Amino acid sequence: MSDTYTITPEIEAFIEECKGKEFSKSYLIAVLHKIQAKYGFLPNNLMEEVAIRMEIPTSKVYGVATFYHMFTLVPEGKHIVNICLGTACYVKGAEQVLNSLKNSLKIDLNQTTEDGLFTLKATRCIGTCGLAPVVMVDEKVYSNVTPDDVPVIIAKYKNK
Amino acid sequence: MTENTKMVTLIIDGKKVEVPHGTSIMNAAELLGIKVPRLCYHPKLSVEGACRVCIVEVKGARNFIASCATPVAEGMEVTTTSPEIRQARRDIVELILDNHPKDCQTCERDGNCELQRLAYAMGVRNRYFEGEKKNYEKDLSGAAVVRDPNKCILCQRCVRVCEEVQGVTCLSQAHRGFKTVVMPAFDLPFAESVCTGCGQCINVCPTAAFLEKDSTKQVWKALADPELTVIAQFAPSVRAAIGEGFGLPPGRNMQGEVITALKLVGCDIVFDTTFGADLTIVEEANEFVQRLTKGGTLPMITSCSAAWMKYVEQFHPTILDHISTCKSPMSMVSAMTKSFYAQKQNIDPAKIFNLAVMCCTAKKYEAARPEMCDEHGRPYTDTVITTREFVWMLKSLGIDLPNLEKSEPDPVLGFATGAADIFGATGGVMEAALRTAYEIVTGETLIDINFNAVRGMKGIKEANVNVSGTEVKVAVAHGLGNARQLMRQVEDGTSPYHFIEIMGCPGGCIGGGGQPYAGTNVMPLDQNMLEARARALYNIDEHKVLRKSHENPYVQRLYKEFLGKPLSEVSHKYLHTHYKQHFPVGI
Ligand code: SF4
Ligand code: SF4
Ligand code: SF4
Ligand code: FES
Repeated sequence: MSDTYTITPEIEAFIEECKGKEFSKSYLIAVLHKIQAKYGFLPNNLMEEVAIRMEIPTSKVYGVATFYHMFTLVPEGKHIVNICLGTACYVKGAEQVLNSLKNSLKIDLNQTTEDGLFTLKATRCIGTCGLAPVVMVDEKVYSNVTPDDVPVIIAKYKNK
Repeated sequence: MTENTKMVTLIIDGKKVEVPHGTSIMNAAELLGIKVPRLCYHPKLSVEGACRVCIVEVKGARNFIASCATPVAEGMEVTTTSPEIRQARRDIVELILDNHPKDCQTCERDGNCELQRLAYAMGVRNRYFEGEKKNYEKDLSGAAVVRDPNKCILCQRCVRVCEEVQGVTCLSQAHRGFKTVVMPAFDLPFAESVCTGCGQCINVCPTAAFLEKDSTKQVWKALADPELTVIAQFAPSVRAAIGEGFGLPPGRNMQGEVITALKLVGCDIVFDTTFGADLTIVEEANEFVQRLTKGGTLPMITSCSAAWMKYVEQFHPTILDHISTCKSPMSMVSAMTKSFYAQKQNIDPAKIFNLAVMCCTAKKYEAARPEMCDEHGRPYTDTVITTREFVWMLKSLGIDLPNLEKSEPDPVLGFATGAADIFGATGGVMEAALRTAYEIVTGETLIDINFNAVRGMKGIKEANVNVSGTEVKVAVAHGLGNARQLMRQVEDGTSPYHFIEIMGCPGGCIGGGGQPYAGTNVMPLDQNMLEARARALYNIDEHKVLRKSHENPYVQRLYKEFLGKPLSEVSHKYLHTHYKQHFPVGI
């Protein structure tokens, strides 16, 4: 499993670049971002690898990774649930829909359900304001979503 | 204080006080006899400002400010007490308690808890709030140290001591807000973390969130088993500190009372780890002389500190051939009871239960190491309890240690020279080793046997010793953070020393993670407390006639009857060990 996630040459070059700078350790967050951008989450073996390469104790790297909401420590779910929190959607009740999503999935934003099926994310406006509020599951767009629609939508993906 | 330190004058509670620039309000107030209530602050650690218990009012400031984290300023007017401050402080403490179990009567802190004392002092007499409390599993996986996050109040002292004093940085705060927990990397069980088991987190924790792994049940069981011969030993530092567990001031030598107490709880034989210290020195001094004269790997580094061994195997795996192969005094005594002594007394070693009372939590880990087991895989040391655990046992039997008569250890593996007693203090192993090594190399009698340069609480100490014309350079470090500095040099090949002593804990074993909790008005790791404990050991040494390990007649007899000579094959079988890299990698 851990072989799947490696420090790519590109990430390696970035780490080396950071190490050459003043206050090199303050670039930890930037390095973690690169890894998350590549794999969608922060695999433990790479956090340890970063710790060794940047000479930052592993516990500290883990502390930083768990502190910031923008990092996620589990691989993304099979389905990505994206809710638009752009202005139009927001005005039309996206927040209630988001709460309903959180309740149904029992996770927070940027988290993945324990069964690995869903990851909940928020996006900015996706340009379909006429359909607000909008929820996207993978590539499919659901429009005019109400909090009550949420369990129905989720159920469709449960057995897929 | 240097002449050009700028002085600052301020007013605290109406009184003028002059302090050096940079002093915190909290420390300035102490000069006036005002001890602002506090919790996360620790004088030996960086300032965290996490708990806000230490708030005071500063004229002109909008909010109360944390006095530990705020430096004084010229003309500042500080009020440390008022009805509002008192109320606010109490509210803060109540908020902490609202997320804390109500376990004081059954808690291992044994009535000696900083949080409990603070709550009483702040006048908290009721608990109004019954909301959601943190609810985490205890981590009992560690061989030495266990963790109960539910009792943690997030003061971060453990995080700081582990990083700043020990250089291990096993711990960090993870997650955020209500979900914040102090934990090792990846929330791994302690047993799989870089934790060295030193127990300094236990020492500084104001609550019972960190504890030693409880071994008292095994001891009670062994004591009740008529089949077993229970053989006890206890470390030098136990005698110098255990009195504190019964309210005595630090630095009282309780050797005789401890022996009586061990007999009272039902141990059949009571030996003394100091005998093992003499034996360690004879082996180790000979090993050093051999390396020195026959071109072996230098510097040689001592190996008796259990946390240090785990540390070096994780953090400095490339220099393991520098480490003396000698086992620790505890492990040597245990190996001798189950071989030499068992043969002599005609006891089946399988029916011996070796109990070690130690100042150290990491000794629990050492005892369980496969390297410390006999050829059948049975540990030579069956159970290690800390000084604290022994205090609990004695209290539960109503044994009032300070009022016991003194007894002598059982002979054979009980007698020790003064060199062995000082093993507990930083520099003690080096001094004891030099006393013996000098005489081996020169064949002359060492007249001035006090090596004062290696004594004292300085983090790293150095000395040059003239051994018949050869300069021997030695260094001593205590606390793993200090050790790291010396090890970097060894790794680089730039170490100027021939011989290095490392003790994992601040002050040496006397500051071990298993020692009694600091008393009501003493901070854990307090310098005066450590010095008083060390003095007790140096006093014992000074009042002994025999002060060189190789002069111990019982050690000499052991060689004659069993081991042959130092570094012999039999010695190697029982008294020496080896090391290998341990994971995870230390950073
Ligand atoms: S840690 Fe202290 S306050 Fe908490 S239950 Fe134990 S004794 Fe009481
Ligand atoms: S026992 Fe020592 S190494 Fe382990 S967490 Fe505590 S302070 Fe750190
Ligand atoms: S475990 Fe103890 S020392 Fe560490 S943060 Fe919690 S209360 Fe403080
Ligand atoms: S003691 Fe000052 S903030 Fe905790």
